[in-house]
Amino acid sequence: MSVDKETVRRIARLARLKLEEERVEPMMEELNGILAWVEQLKEVDVEGVPPMTSVVEQRLKMRDDVVTETDHADALMINAPGGEDHFFVVPKVVE
Amino acid sequence: MSDLTEFTLAEARDAVATKKVSSKELTQGFVTAIEEARALNAFITETPEIALKMADASDARIAAGTARPLEGLPLGIKDLYCTKGVRTTAGSKILENYVPQYESTVSQNLWDNGAVMLGKLNLDEFAMGSSNETSAYGNCISPWRAKGSTTALVPGGSSGGSSAAVAARLCLGATATDTGGSIRTPAAVTGTTGIKPTYGRCSRWGIVAFASSLDQAGPIAKTVRDTAILLKAMASVDDKDSTSVNLPVPDYEAGIEGGVKGLRIGIPKEYRVEGTDPEIAAVWEKGAEWLKAQGAEIVEVSLPHTKYALPTYYIVAPAEASSNLARYDGVRFGHRAANPKDLIDLYERSRAEGFGAEVRRRILIGTYVLSAGYYDAYYLRAQKLRTLIKRDFEEAYKQCDMLLTPATPSPAFAIGEKIADPVTMYLYDVFTVTVNLAGLPALVVPAGLNTAGLPLGLQLIGKAFDEATLFRAGRALEIAADLKAKPQNWWRA
Repeated sequence: MSVDKETVRRIARLARLKLEEERVEPMMEELNGILAWVEQLKEVDVEGVPPMTSVVEQRLKMRDDVVTETDHADALMINAPGGEDHFFVVPKVVE
Repeated sequence: MSDLTEFTLAEARDAVATKKVSSKELTQGFVTAIEEARALNAFITETPEIALKMADASDARIAAGTARPLEGLPLGIKDLYCTKGVRTTAGSKILENYVPQYESTVSQNLWDNGAVMLGKLNLDEFAMGSSNETSAYGNCISPWRAKGSTTALVPGGSSGGSSAAVAARLCLGATATDTGGSIRTPAAVTGTTGIKPTYGRCSRWGIVAFASSLDQAGPIAKTVRDTAILLKAMASVDDKDSTSVNLPVPDYEAGIEGGVKGLRIGIPKEYRVEGTDPEIAAVWEKGAEWLKAQGAEIVEVSLPHTKYALPTYYIVAPAEASSNLARYDGVRFGHRAANPKDLIDLYERSRAEGFGAEVRRRILIGTYVLSAGYYDAYYLRAQKLRTLIKRDFEEAYKQCDMLLTPATPSPAFAIGEKIADPVTMYLYDVFTVTVNLAGLPALVVPAGLNTAGLPLGLQLIGKAFDEATLFRAGRALEIAADLKAKPQNWWRA
């Protein structure tokens, strides 16, 4: 399988990654290089093989359903670009 | 000893504990060495004030008789570990101004053991790379040079700052992380020792995530003993990482001199990969002879799905990376594009401006293999391959206790040599990625020098949570190799 320019534009949009029009074709070639190389996995018979869901076999841990975190609002805002008080700020989304 | 930076971690520990040297003197020695080694670009952020303050506190503890296992020992921290109040970049422009308000569990464990922080070490951007050439903060340069050459070589990656700093004696040891070989490749090409522990041995909490089912923390240090000491301090079960495992952490150091008598060492025939440097193939054979001479039994084993490990990895790792890196949106932390025209534009430009070429490529590959209509063909198939790869190891371990393999297909290459073609760079991890896919522990130890005088490493792959036996066998290789060569101080300003 290989990707065309339209697919590259679509996945860049899905990934929320701005791709300038002149970068679409080189990116398509890079991705196709990688996809052609992973194509060899097709030669393996995986019929009836369960997909790996956990590297190390262990039961998913459970904990008591209680609040353990205290209020970190000030600390959380320190790295927010354009944050105000305890609010993350984004461009207007509702007209 | 005239130059305190020549100490191994174990030697420094003993010297500090017996008050032959203060932590302050030791730390000052490293602070100076780091200042003089800026040509290597091993550190992204140096923290000398923090280091000296921690050293003073350690000296006070030693005086009071309340010293802890790593009291007063200066270490470097890969800049992928969040450090409270100290900028953490992950080698990316997108985190250029990010100052974590919390400490990663592994680094906290080290401070709780008394260690001293010298600074944050260079790495490939988001740990995506094998040569430290994708860092937004510039290439890290290996302290090693080929005989008679001044060509700048790579220190391996992604933990290139960690390996370069240890090899150049800029710290006693360093933290690193390994998703597809990022501890072992740098260790192998710089003549240092590094272990990727079993998945779940160390907490991943507070380490910037790349591919969560593959990422694991571990140390790089000068010797097998030092590596064992550091892993003991780093490992713990952690409520904040549900994949960390609740198993006691053994005293690895106590067992390292146990020898290899009676151990069965497997040689996987599929690791005789075409294109492997003949000098590496030779050191691999020599390694097997060394272990045999010390009483181990050498058996040939088969890992039939080895050749599929790399392509499997390059589906699984980008898929997980594309979801993990979705959090960088220019809103809550990290780079934010100026004057966005709407919310989508804010997301798209913040990410495009903040991420480098390799990271963008992997996000797009990951997004593609997870997208509707392609998930089964790529991601699901890769996860099935992963099961087969893990089964290979389970079969092999019916015949042996561990495996001996090369660590890299060639010694360190020149900066710029492989970066142009992604797949060529990916192939450099051919001996290391299988271990991450199967979640197993693997130790890399220096085993010799090639004719150009560059270090060559060997890899020991163990059973899950059997790091103790790996350290024993690694120590046996270290004794046999008896390597004394160190890179010369050409970088000293």
